[in-house]
Amino acid sequence: MVKSKGTKAADLVIAFICVLLIIACLLPVLNIVARSLSSSEALIKGQVLLWPKGWNFTAYKLVLGDSKYTWSLGWTAILTVICTFVSMVMTTLCAYPLIYDKLKGRRFFNTMILFTMYFNAGTIPHYLLYKELGLLNHPLVLIIPNSLSVFYMIIMRSFFYSIPDSLRESAEIDGASPVRILFSIYLPLSKPVLATLSLFYAVGRWNGFSDALMYMNDRRWHPIQLFLYNILKSVTSIEVATQEGFASAPGLSDTLQSATVVFATVPILLVYPWLQKYFISGATLGALKD
Amino acid sequence: MALPLAARRRSTINYLRKYWSLYAMLSIPLAYFIVFRYIPMTYVQIAFKRYSIVQNVWEMPLARNYGFEYFIRAFSNRDFLYAVRNTFMLNFLDLVIGFPAPIILALLLNELPFRRFKRFTQSVAYMPHFLSWIIISGLAVQLFAPTNGLFNVVLRRLGFNTVPFLNHPTYWVFTYVLLGVWKNVGWNTIIYLAALTNINPELYEAAAIDGAGRFQKIRYITLPGLRPTIVTLLILSLGHILSSEFDRPMALGNSLVHNVSNVIATFVYTYGIRGLQFSLAAAVGLFQSVVCVVFLMAANALAKKFGERGIW
Repeated sequence: MVKSKGTKAADLVIAFICVLLIIACLLPVLNIVARSLSSSEALIKGQVLLWPKGWNFTAYKLVLGDSKYTWSLGWTAILTVICTFVSMVMTTLCAYPLIYDKLKGRRFFNTMILFTMYFNAGTIPHYLLYKELGLLNHPLVLIIPNSLSVFYMIIMRSFFYSIPDSLRESAEIDGASPVRILFSIYLPLSKPVLATLSLFYAVGRWNGFSDALMYMNDRRWHPIQLFLYNILKSVTSIEVATQEGFASAPGLSDTLQSATVVFATVPILLVYPWLQKYFISGATLGALKD
Repeated sequence: MALPLAARRRSTINYLRKYWSLYAMLSIPLAYFIVFRYIPMTYVQIAFKRYSIVQNVWEMPLARNYGFEYFIRAFSNRDFLYAVRNTFMLNFLDLVIGFPAPIILALLLNELPFRRFKRFTQSVAYMPHFLSWIIISGLAVQLFAPTNGLFNVVLRRLGFNTVPFLNHPTYWVFTYVLLGVWKNVGWNTIIYLAALTNINPELYEAAAIDGAGRFQKIRYITLPGLRPTIVTLLILSLGHILSSEFDRPMALGNSLVHNVSNVIATFVYTYGIRGLQFSLAAAVGLFQSVVCVVFLMAANALAKKFGERGIW
């Protein structure tokens, strides 16, 4: 088909909008990397935009030398691995039995599980429960209470559904038990969805902060996001203070803060490019359910 | 009629022998739902009771005014009324600005003829979705810093006044909504782009033969094709108009903008967990949960009335 001049111009306008979008997405990240690598004088003078001025690695040395920060990063990494594993086991245990249409009580279990998606007891009842169970300020409170997401369970279940029943039935005739069928048929065939959901859970845990803020007062077990939140809040108040006219020197704290943010972002940005195809397939799977 | 008793029992035994392991598997997640989802629902009653640290939930005495003491107190609390207003206002702005944005972007991407460039744009635009609100707040504090942040430096060089993006209520609301679009616009296109692939390409060919232009194709083929997806997502958004995010206002807010950043979820946190007023905070939480369910059902019923599929 021959394109008219008007169509080509429109194509270029759309491409231009997309370029603006790309810039908008990358700008804040480039800016913070530049700030973390700049000298505090250049920062205070407002000379740093997208490229570092007065290169120095002081902030990174300070951040890496801070044992609390590195511990928090390490602990969050451990926590993420544990949580992802626990969540995947729980999700599989929930999704797999529910695909058996012969399972008695399936409708009841389904309703019972789905109901929790629509009605939530709220923060305070959960808080009181954890208090009674002795989970408050215990590291397990960051692992167990949110280990199973109904939404992700539905995604896994609809993937299991897409595996033909005939495979399962012929294995049953051969005398394979449900557990055996799970391990030899369903799990090997579900690698894409297992990868996707693991990543969703992992990103959720790495980025999660509200549960720690509410239920974890012990600073040793603070995950990285809460640690960052505390840093940001103390620095923001300095920021606010300077605006109000109080004297202080926010320069170094700015580079420091930037460096801490960069460190917590890097793991996500590292896994992001080569895993995004899984994320996308997961997001569309979730959409198909509706 | 039915099988003799012995045969029926035999079939039950056979059934259990075959499937007991499924029940064993399911028992773990079911226990999880009972302990961490259903038991807290029974604790909701403290909204109607006077909280006491030495008694268990069932033994606590009923609050005054037939148990509605804390609801009355909540509705005469200025902070709470502000929180309701802010929750509604921020969600409404998110809906008006944040909801159409991914639809428009999906339409643009769909029209983009350069395939590799399109894929690159998508990859970059999905990225912010994976950053936490804390990280985004860290980025924003630097980007919007009043004296030396990139935006204000550029504004000053262009001869404008600096803008207190995060420290003035009006600008804060603007920044809050804008950052929401920034985080989610790319990611939310995925669902629309997936719906677009389901549109029969013959429709476009037929339209082209009939001489339809680009806008006519969008108007008469693409948008109707997206309609069910748009309606479903709109129901969900309308249903959540009074549910509040916690991380986002918590991370972006500060003391200067408290009267616009304080939403229901942050109110519950401040009064309940920090202030230890459990009954009051539980009453507020219950109010929010009930309103959410009612809104969701109403939005769903409305969609069905207009001939759409609804969400259940």
